[in-house]
Amino acid sequence: MALLEVENMHSYYGNIHALRGVSLTVEEGEVVTLIGSNGAGKTTTLRSIHGVLPPKEGKVIFDGKEIQGTPAHDMISRGIAQSPEGRKIFSRMTVRENLEMGAYHRSDRDGIRTDMDRVFELFPRLQERIKQEAGTMSGGEQQMLAIGRALMSRPRLLLLDEPSMGLSPVLVERIFDIIREINAQGTTILLVEQNANVALEIATRGYVLETGAIVNSAPAAKLREDPKVREAYLGEI
Amino acid sequence: MDSIKGSSWQSRLAVVLIAILLVALLIQAVANPGQFVSQLLIGITNGAIIALVALGYTLVYGIIELINFAHGDNFMIGSFVGLTLLAGFGIFAPISGDSGTFIKILGVLLALVVAMVVCGFVNVAIERIAYKPLRNSPRLAVLITAIGMSFILQNIGLVWKGPAQVPFPELISSANIFPGDAIIFRWKDLFVIAATIPLLLGLSYFIKNTKQGKAMRAVAQDKEAAAMVGINVNRTISITFLLGGILAGASGVMFGLFNGITVFNVGFTQGLYAFTAAVLGGIGNLTGAVVGGFLIGIIGSMADQYIGVRWTAIVIFGVLVLVLVFRPRGLLGDRSAVQGGGE
Ligand SMILES: Nc1ncnc2c1ncn2[C@@H]1O[C@H](COP(=O)(O)OP(=O)(O)OP(=O)(O)O)[C@@H](O)[C@H]1O
Ligand SMILES: [Mg+2]
Repeated sequence: MALLEVENMHSYYGNIHALRGVSLTVEEGEVVTLIGSNGAGKTTTLRSIHGVLPPKEGKVIFDGKEIQGTPAHDMISRGIAQSPEGRKIFSRMTVRENLEMGAYHRSDRDGIRTDMDRVFELFPRLQERIKQEAGTMSGGEQQMLAIGRALMSRPRLLLLDEPSMGLSPVLVERIFDIIREINAQGTTILLVEQNANVALEIATRGYVLETGAIVNSAPAAKLREDPKVREAYLGEI
Repeated sequence: MDSIKGSSWQSRLAVVLIAILLVALLIQAVANPGQFVSQLLIGITNGAIIALVALGYTLVYGIIELINFAHGDNFMIGSFVGLTLLAGFGIFAPISGDSGTFIKILGVLLALVVAMVVCGFVNVAIERIAYKPLRNSPRLAVLITAIGMSFILQNIGLVWKGPAQVPFPELISSANIFPGDAIIFRWKDLFVIAATIPLLLGLSYFIKNTKQGKAMRAVAQDKEAAAMVGINVNRTISITFLLGGILAGASGVMFGLFNGITVFNVGFTQGLYAFTAAVLGGIGNLTGAVVGGFLIGIIGSMADQYIGVRWTAIVIFGVLVLVLVFRPRGLLGDRSAVQGGGE
């Protein structure tokens, strides 16, 4: 049984029909990537799965249970965390407070401390900045914080929306290494990326989204070879 | 300060005007220090009552960017609840100036607590009924609704106690605490200060240190991110209204006991001063609301004494304008304490 199964999901912004029947599955332990051009509906897909923008139609099945219609604030205790587009860190709280907020629904102090240490192992920079107000950090540091905050809930499924946005090439490499490591430690990942090249390198499978619908899905290696994908998303002619 | 660096003629004028006011005040203070100190103490007491209401405006603004116009009228409801408990109920004999000290203290505490609870829940109900359904509507729609709620509460007050001023029982002595009458600080004044301090400390502790307080700050900064980490945004907004209502309820009872009267539209004038205090201090900033409240109380009492009661409102709003000329976001307005958590 897949960890996450999305069936024929439709979502709207007012009258705008942003998702027109998205279906996808993510198996436990996988890294699945969702690629597509600007405005294709990648962010909307993550927001709909996560209950921030509840889908009007369709099913979201997580760990065998239907969760469409579950309010967003209950998703985290079910095991889904997100590092959202635009980071959305709490800019007027310190790094530590942001991480604590990531563990908001938990009350096991020891476990929270262990997880914070784990985040600091992945992102030593965050430990150096622990007392800094989050909004004053650099873009890359904020991105690390957004991912770290999501990890603080010890999620089973991590939704990552463009973690490489605005980062220098070196840092992109580093972030993707870390994503790989997070996955190796047992977290299933659904990754949205503009940077399809790198995303397809670390993903097991990929989906291609176009104007609110999935138009292609295949193992990542295969998508990398697909001439259409190469042309549209890998910047090759 | 960079706001002075780029100063225009308006802000220079503002500085000059404020300086003239301060010098005039200083001359008076030197001429009759006892009177000045007494006036200052009255100002602080009035300021405490205003500050508690101002906090309610600023808390709500900090979290949903709404000016809750009904807030002042909730303060009025608080004073009415207190009055009803103290004077109007047959459950125990009306408490009056002749009752024993113990009964008086008990009565005042009970009135405070009940008014706080009632106003807290009135505020929560207002948000649920009138504001929540409009959360995604244009700002103006919610603002008009808030004005509507203000009228509804005022009319409830009108039906409840009639159009005339109603007297509050004289439970707290107006006698001076200090011997002689060089400096006047009455038991009443002490009561207001003594009731305000724990409320302010409690609020500050709640916002800074409790999980729920942190959730409030998170919601104020980013509602979507707050929901993603598991914070129930609607409940957090309700709790914010609850806190604001609790403070307004306490303030309403204190106002009644302090001034000896209340009236159905007292929320309009007091609310206006409190709102002004919140803006003066920087709306959204908790410390700002307290500072603004005390400032307005003090400016008001000074104007009463040295300029004339008729001019007080003009002086207060004049100072507001002067301050906003140089600090358009209020004295502490560039960062919100609700959001930033600093006290
Ligand atoms: N809040 C909103 N209100 C109205 N329309 C929206 C809103 N957010 C997104 N849309 C529309 O929904 C569609 C999908 O947007 P979405 O943000 O999911 O795209 P995306 O694939 O994440 O794009 P990008 O790569 O630029 O982040 C777009 O056409 C967009 O204009
Ligand atoms: Mg996007």
